[in-house]
Amino acid sequence: MRFAETGFNLEVDLSRGNIDRVETDPRMTELYLGGLGTNAKILWDRVPPETEPFSEDNLLIFSTGLLCGTAAPGCNRTIVSTFSPQTRLMAYSMMGGFWAPELKHAGYDKVIISGQSPALVYLWIDNDKVEIRDASHLRGKGAIETAECIRSELKDPNVQVAAIGLAGENRVFFASIEQGRSSASRGGVGAVMGDKGLKAIAVRGTKDVNVARPAEFMNLCNDVLKYIKAREENPVPGVMPILAGLGSPQEMKLVDEEWHTTNFMWGNSRTRRKDFWNKEIEEKWRETQENVRTRLISCYNCPMKCGATISVPGIATYMMKCFSKLTYTMAAYSDLDFGFKIAQRATEYGVDGFSAPQVMAFGLELLEAGILTDADVQGMPADNEGRFFWLLDRIVRREGIGDVLADGTYWAARRIGKGAEAFDHNTIKKHEQLPLKLGMLNPVYFLMYATGEKINITQIEGQFPQAPFPTREEREEFVKDWIQVPDEKFKQYLLDWEPRGDHSNPYYPTVEASCDIVDWQEKMHYIDDALGTCAGLSSFPLKPPYHIHNFPDFISAATGFDFDEARLWQAATRTRTLLRAINVRLGLRRADDKPPENHWKKRFPELEAKLLDEYYKLKGWNDQGIPTRESLHELELDYVGEDLQQRGILSDG
Amino acid sequence: MAKVKKTVKGITIVADKCNGCRACELICSAFHATPKYSSSNPARSRIRVVREPLRDIYLPVYAGEYTAAECTGRDKYIIDGKEYAECDFCRASCPSRNLFKEPDSGLPLKCDMCEDDPALEKPKCVEWCLNDALIYEERVEEVEEEDVSPGDVEIGVDSLIDKYGLQQVLDTIARASKR
Ligand code: SF4
Ligand code: SF4
Ligand code: SF4
Repeated sequence: MRFAETGFNLEVDLSRGNIDRVETDPRMTELYLGGLGTNAKILWDRVPPETEPFSEDNLLIFSTGLLCGTAAPGCNRTIVSTFSPQTRLMAYSMMGGFWAPELKHAGYDKVIISGQSPALVYLWIDNDKVEIRDASHLRGKGAIETAECIRSELKDPNVQVAAIGLAGENRVFFASIEQGRSSASRGGVGAVMGDKGLKAIAVRGTKDVNVARPAEFMNLCNDVLKYIKAREENPVPGVMPILAGLGSPQEMKLVDEEWHTTNFMWGNSRTRRKDFWNKEIEEKWRETQENVRTRLISCYNCPMKCGATISVPGIATYMMKCFSKLTYTMAAYSDLDFGFKIAQRATEYGVDGFSAPQVMAFGLELLEAGILTDADVQGMPADNEGRFFWLLDRIVRREGIGDVLADGTYWAARRIGKGAEAFDHNTIKKHEQLPLKLGMLNPVYFLMYATGEKINITQIEGQFPQAPFPTREEREEFVKDWIQVPDEKFKQYLLDWEPRGDHSNPYYPTVEASCDIVDWQEKMHYIDDALGTCAGLSSFPLKPPYHIHNFPDFISAATGFDFDEARLWQAATRTRTLLRAINVRLGLRRADDKPPENHWKKRFPELEAKLLDEYYKLKGWNDQGIPTRESLHELELDYVGEDLQQRGILSDG
Repeated sequence: MAKVKKTVKGITIVADKCNGCRACELICSAFHATPKYSSSNPARSRIRVVREPLRDIYLPVYAGEYTAAECTGRDKYIIDGKEYAECDFCRASCPSRNLFKEPDSGLPLKCDMCEDDPALEKPKCVEWCLNDALIYEERVEEVEEEDVSPGDVEIGVDSLIDKYGLQQVLDTIARASKR
C-alpha cells in the first residue's frame, strides 16, 4: 500500500480520447516528493524544449501535493504545470480550495492532459469511472457558471470543478483556471487548457487517503492546530496588520488599505499616491466592502478565512481572495466599488488578477501617448471605468485591439511597436508583476525578483521580515521565539539589520546573508509546492506553524519514508535545480535574471552582479545561471547534466 | 417513580460561523478509521456540511438514525431569503440519498459523539472546528428512573413464544441474525 499518495496518475490523451490509470514509481516520491517536484520531472522527461506551448505535445498537469487529503491542516493545493505561452518557460501556477483533496479521494495524485480535443469537452472523474464529455453547451460560459452547470447536471453538490472561462477558450496569455474560491492564474495555464479544448475537470472521490504512522501523524496535526490558535491570538507586533497574522494577506477581512494604496503604484504601475488614504475613503471603502461581503470562507481543512463570498447587488455572486480587490481599482485609478464589480466579470472570464488590470492600463496609456489611436479603440466608451469593462470584453474575445492585448504587455508592445516597448516596464521574463516601484535597492528582494523561477514575488518571499525593525529591542523580541529558522545565523542577520546606517540596504544584509535568506525562503516554497501545503500557513507569513523542523516528521509519519531535515532540504534543492534546468533548456540565461529596470530608483550594478555571482555559486550553478554537472551529480540529476551537455548548453566537465 | 441523574451530551451548531472548511468531516472520518487516524475520507464522516457558497448555505448536519423508508414529501424551508430543502436538515441515513452511508458497503453511519475509552474531553469535530461553529455542552438532567417493567420487545417475543413455541422462535432469530 502507498501512503499519503495514491500511487496512481490519470493520463488523458485528448487527441485520441484515451484514458489510462498509471501506477507511479515510489522512488520518484522519495526524490521529488510530489506536486511541483514530480510535475517538473514529468515535464523534463516528456516535453522536449522545442515543443510549442499551444500544441498537442505540451502537457498540462494538475497535481495534488503529497500531503493533500491527509489530516494535515491547510494541505489542499493543486499545482498546475505546463509550458507557458507568455514566458515560453515552465509555467508555475497553484490554487487552493477543494479540488486537490477530492482528486486524492478519487484515487489519483495527478491528472496529466496531453493532446488536443477536436471539440470542446470536459473531463468527469468519478472515482474509477472517468469520462470525456461533450462541453459544447458550456462554450462561452463563465468559469463559475460552468462549474454550477456541471454540478447540477451531475446532480452532486460535492463535485469539485476547475474550469476556464472565455479567456481560456480564446487562449488569452494570462487566462486562469478557476475553482470556486481559488484560481490558478499565473503563467497562462488557462490558455493551455483552452488550447487543449478542455473546458473543465470535474472530480468526485470517496476513497480513503492513508497515512503510515497514524498516531504520530495525528499528534503533529494537533500541534499545528494548537499553534495556529495561539499564533492568531498573538499577532506579530511592529508589522502592518496584513502581515501580522497567518494565512494569505487578510484582504477580505481587513478594510485598512493605507499600506497598499499609498505604497503600491496606480495605473500601469505608474503613480504612487502617498496621500491617497484618509478617513473619508476609509469609511467609504469599509461600507463598500461590508456591503458586498457575505461571508469569510476558507479552503479545505483550514481554519483560516482568506477568501470571501462577494455579492454586489445586481450581479452574480462570486468568491474572491487576496489582493484582486485592489488590482483593478488601482489600475483604473478608481474606487473599491468598481474593483468588486469588474472582478466579478473578470472571474467569470477567467483572467489573472495581476496581469489583466495592468494590461488594460497599459493599453490606455498607449492611447494617451498617441501610440494607439481612436481607430484602434472604436466603440470604446468615454468614461474611465466603462473603458476597462470594454477592454476586458475585447481581450477575452480577442477582438480588434483586444487580440493584441490578450498576449500581455510584453508581446503586445512588440506587436504594436512605435515605442510601445517602453510602456512594458513592469514585467519580468515577459510576465506582469505586482505594481511596485521603490527607492533603495533591497539585496534580498533583488535576488528574489531576478532569479525566482516562478516569476512572482509572492511565490518566493516570506518568513524573513520584509523590512528591518527600527529598534534593537524589537529585533531581540522578535527572534526570541523564532523557532522556524533553519540556522541560528538568521537571527543574527535580523538583529544586525537596521533601517539606516552601515547595516542597512543595499549593503546589508551582506551578499552572503542575502543569498542565505533567499535560499531559505525559496526552499520553503518549494517544499510547500511539493506537499500541497498552503503558503499562508507555511512559507509566506512570519512565524508559521509549518517549518523545516517539523516538515520532515510530517512527511515521515505520513509516507513511511524516513525524511530528516537534510534529506528534505536536498529534495527541495533537487526540484529547484530541475526547474532551473528546464528553463535553461528553454533558453533562460543570466541576462534574463533581472527585475524590472525601474523597480528601484537607486540601483547598484556592481553589487547586483556580485549578488548574482554568489547566489549562483551557492546554488551550484555556473556564472550563466546554469547548474553544473558536479552539482547535478550530487543531486542525482545526472540525466539532466547529460542532456544539457549533449545540447551544448554545458561543456565537458 | 424515582428520579435519577443523567448526562446529556449536546452540540450547538452555530451555522453562522461555519466557513465550510470541512475539517469536521475529515477528523470524524480519521477518528473512526481502523486503526484510529490511519486514513481520512469525508465520505465516511458522521457529520456533513451542506455547503453551497454561491447561495451562502453552510449547514453542518450530524448523522442520526437509519431509516428504511424515505419520507413521502419533500418540503422546502426559506430562512433569511435562502431556500433549503427539508432534507438538508435531516440527520437520517435514508434510501433517498447517499449521505451518512459507508461509501463501499452502504452501511449506515451514525454520530456516536466520539465514544472512546478513556472518554475524550470533547468530540473530535468540535475540537477541530477552530471557528467555534460547533460548541460542545454537557448538562446533567434529572430523568425518570428507567422503567424495569418488560419492554415492547419482550412483550412481543413472549407473545410469539406463546403462539409458535420457543424452538420455532429461536430458529427464526438464528436465521435472521445470519442475514
Ligand atoms: S491559509 Fe487561507 S489560503 Fe491558505 S489554505 Fe487556509 S484559507 Fe486557504
Ligand atoms: S470545521 Fe467548523 S467551520 Fe469547518 S466546516 Fe466544520 S463546522 Fe464549518
Ligand atoms: S461527534 Fe464525533 S462521531 Fe459525531 S460527528 Fe463529531 S467527530 Fe463524528
